[in-house]
Amino acid sequence: MPQHTFRLNGETVTVDVEDGVRVLWVLRDVLGVTGPKYGCGINVCKACTSHVNGKAFNPCAVPIDQIGEDDEITTIEGLADTVEGDGLHPMQEAWLEHDVSQCGYCQPGQIMAAVALVNRVRAEGRAITDADLDGIRNVCRCGTYPRIRQAIRTGAESMG
Amino acid sequence: MGNHDGQPPARLSRRTFVGYVVGGAGVAVAADLTLGAAPASALPIPSLPQVAELYDLNDFLTHCALPTSNLIGIRIDDQGDAHFALPRMEVGQGITTAVAMLIADELDLPIERVHVTLAPARPELLFNQLTGGSNTIISMYTPVRVAAAVARKALLEAAAIQLGAIVSSLVAKAGVIQAPGGESLTYGEAAASAVIPETKQVRVRLKDDASLALVGKGHRRIDAVDAVTGRKEFAMDLDVPHALPTMVCRAPDLNGTARSVRNQGDVEEMPGVTHVAIIPTGVAVRARTFGQCIDAVRALDVEWNPGTVPGKDAADVLTELRRAQLPLAVPKLGAASVEGEFVFHFRSGSALEPNCAVADVRDGSATIWGGLKSPIDAQSKVAKALGLSQAKVTVNVVQGGGSFGRKLFSDAAIEAAHASKAFGAPVKLMWHRADEPRQGRVHPMAVSRIRATVLAGSVLTFEQRHTSVPVDWRHGLGERLTAEVAALPTGLGNLGFSETVFLLTQELPYNFGVITQLLNEPQPAPTRFNTGSVRNIYSPDVATANELMVDRLAARLGKDPVAFRRSHLKSKVVRRVLDRVAELGEWGRAMPAGTAQGIAIHKEYKGATAVLVEIDCRPETVNRKVRDAVTGPRVTRATVVVDAGLVINPDGVKAQMMGGFADGLAQALTYSNHLVDGHFLEASWDNSAYTRQWNTPLDFRCEVLDSDSTEPGGVGEAGVAASMAAVACAWARATGRMPTEFPINFHDPLHFEPKSFVPPVPPSPTDGLSYTF
Ligand code: FES
Ligand code: FES
Repeated sequence: MPQHTFRLNGETVTVDVEDGVRVLWVLRDVLGVTGPKYGCGINVCKACTSHVNGKAFNPCAVPIDQIGEDDEITTIEGLADTVEGDGLHPMQEAWLEHDVSQCGYCQPGQIMAAVALVNRVRAEGRAITDADLDGIRNVCRCGTYPRIRQAIRTGAESMG
Repeated sequence: MGNHDGQPPARLSRRTFVGYVVGGAGVAVAADLTLGAAPASALPIPSLPQVAELYDLNDFLTHCALPTSNLIGIRIDDQGDAHFALPRMEVGQGITTAVAMLIADELDLPIERVHVTLAPARPELLFNQLTGGSNTIISMYTPVRVAAAVARKALLEAAAIQLGAIVSSLVAKAGVIQAPGGESLTYGEAAASAVIPETKQVRVRLKDDASLALVGKGHRRIDAVDAVTGRKEFAMDLDVPHALPTMVCRAPDLNGTARSVRNQGDVEEMPGVTHVAIIPTGVAVRARTFGQCIDAVRALDVEWNPGTVPGKDAADVLTELRRAQLPLAVPKLGAASVEGEFVFHFRSGSALEPNCAVADVRDGSATIWGGLKSPIDAQSKVAKALGLSQAKVTVNVVQGGGSFGRKLFSDAAIEAAHASKAFGAPVKLMWHRADEPRQGRVHPMAVSRIRATVLAGSVLTFEQRHTSVPVDWRHGLGERLTAEVAALPTGLGNLGFSETVFLLTQELPYNFGVITQLLNEPQPAPTRFNTGSVRNIYSPDVATANELMVDRLAARLGKDPVAFRRSHLKSKVVRRVLDRVAELGEWGRAMPAGTAQGIAIHKEYKGATAVLVEIDCRPETVNRKVRDAVTGPRVTRATVVVDAGLVINPDGVKAQMMGGFADGLAQALTYSNHLVDGHFLEASWDNSAYTRQWNTPLDFRCEVLDSDSTEPGGVGEAGVAASMAAVACAWARATGRMPTEFPINFHDPLHFEPKSFVPPVPPSPTDGLSYTF
């Protein structure tokens, strides 16, 4: 069986798994990293949103053989370690401040998408707009959308 | 809202109750789960007011528990932490947080040290272990507090012996007991020293509301940190040894079944695949990863039997429903009659977490793990499916990723049990997203007909005939339910369960002269469609039809919608929420053409909700573009005011209203299942247009009123009906057209290309890296 090596949450991992298996299942079923959730498997619901090399991506839509040795995958479990200090990531703190989560199933994906959105908007040298927030595709069946919008604005501020 | 004169036997005075300290070492206590509920027989049901006014579904659910002896317990461990296994399921509604708050307050323990877990199936609890009808807090409020008070008392008694002081001189605070001399003992030390010779009854007094530190103030969910760090575990995150991913290849027709598999050998040879077998709902495949299950499901070549509605379209179902409408009693009186008919289409009840369960069936016994709202039912159904006795089946309840009623059914647990048995191996079974709208539980299609009579400036009659595809209520209510329904006063017992629920929940809160509201569910077999109570069963549709008609009646009489409602409302509670929402949401402010406000009220769950929205139906808004999105009219502002009775956690109530609003908004404007040729077309979240960020109001506000009621109300479902109705009313006012089918976009050209039915699930994409951001 082919071996695949990549960076996951700051560490190098090697897995034995067939080419073509989507990264989501490598994470969840092979490595036991269950923060990224399954909600559709076709890049629609965004529950699995994680980062590859600092950008948001949906691992349900990426075969493992497209990930190379130098690629760094960050899941919700590794998000806090991408910032200084021992605490949570400012976006996670903002989520707590606004008590966003209900069932919580969508929230790892929401937070990972939010961090990427803030980074992108910042790179473009501007502030977050309602249109940016409208463009977030992540489904929340519990309907926490308004609190997500508030938390992203708070998180963006404290991301400095 | 009942005037409960009856006193339950265990209740001694308003705040004094009896509980139990369990014999043995350490502190374990128990209280009767039925505390605080009045016996059903004590309720008078006068004939004139509508049934739901006096005796609603929550009374019914609470009273169903009375005849059984149901104990719930709290254990204090050696660290002094409290443990409570909640015989209900947490699916996002915040009940574990509310219960932890109650225990922390009554026990004088920091909330971080109260550990609330979900109890496995306990058959002795019978009806009492069902999470439905937004009933949890209503029925658990008193028993949980009594158990905590008993625990506190037992700890104080143990400490008194250790400290050589009298109990009344001791002060308990934050898990530490202090004697007047300054000596102290932690709860852990007190619990470790406690030896109770035998189980005994004790009397306790509950604290005054004023001395509660947490209850009534906003509190963050106790699982919030786990949720934002990915540590919160759902059923599919459990590490059950050898339970490998399993999926089911389903028929192209709704509820079709598998006759034979033509290429079983080939599929078994596919990478990662370990097992393939026919089960009652399709062909199950087990593999090392879910991705390999998806590939195998797509590769299967299956001969299918037809489904339960072969060839049928939504229009056929509508014809059936119209044919079955019960007649209106008041004849049509020319210009005096105001009539309306409203059609509500099927809507998927699926949560974001798909149906799923872990099952290990081996050696004549079975263990199940799942997010189950009705675990006792799951236990008996799994036992039946496997031909085992109920005692051989263990059902563990896991937190669920949303439910909205659909997890009252144990569909995935039963499937997982079948698959595990067929394979002789443990399985982690999950539905593909495509399976959810196509084969999962749906909110039943319904049609509501209303005729009102207006003469000389007043409304003389208001009649409603609600005709619905039958609702499946077979989730474990069983004998218990039949018995309870039969015991209901004034002949309610002769009605079917659907009619009973309808009567117990539906109440038109207006003085409109003669009011009749009747339900008919033709086609007795509830198995044709997989229906279920999806976050409130009849109310959203019934309220939407009613409130649209109320606006029309107001217009007919030349009255402002708020003033008209105000002058006709029967209840003070409803008038209060209406007044407040009108003020907060600035009812009547000037709005540009093509935009409008809409207002609606709803009374249920021992409380009342009012919603005021502003909608923008101007072409530039309706036609705004977001990739692959159903945009349409935008609700720009929403204000919700709720009287939820006595509130334990106002933040939790607001969260539930926000969720209920998202639901009502979707059901009014965009969210449906299209039945075409015997199956539903929708197979993804982009097909079923549930509320997304691009539909979310830019300004959402919710206020929870201080209630005059001393009883907690239910909140999980309370926000949906008035939200859906308010959006519908706003749309009607903005466009000048009366909406008659829901969602309003139902007949728009289909916004998606339906995915294949054979294979039943779409391929996993490979181009994810071109969409990074
Ligand atoms: S599971 Fe990956 S986007 Fe839905
Ligand atoms: S919190 Fe439940 S799906 Fe978002």
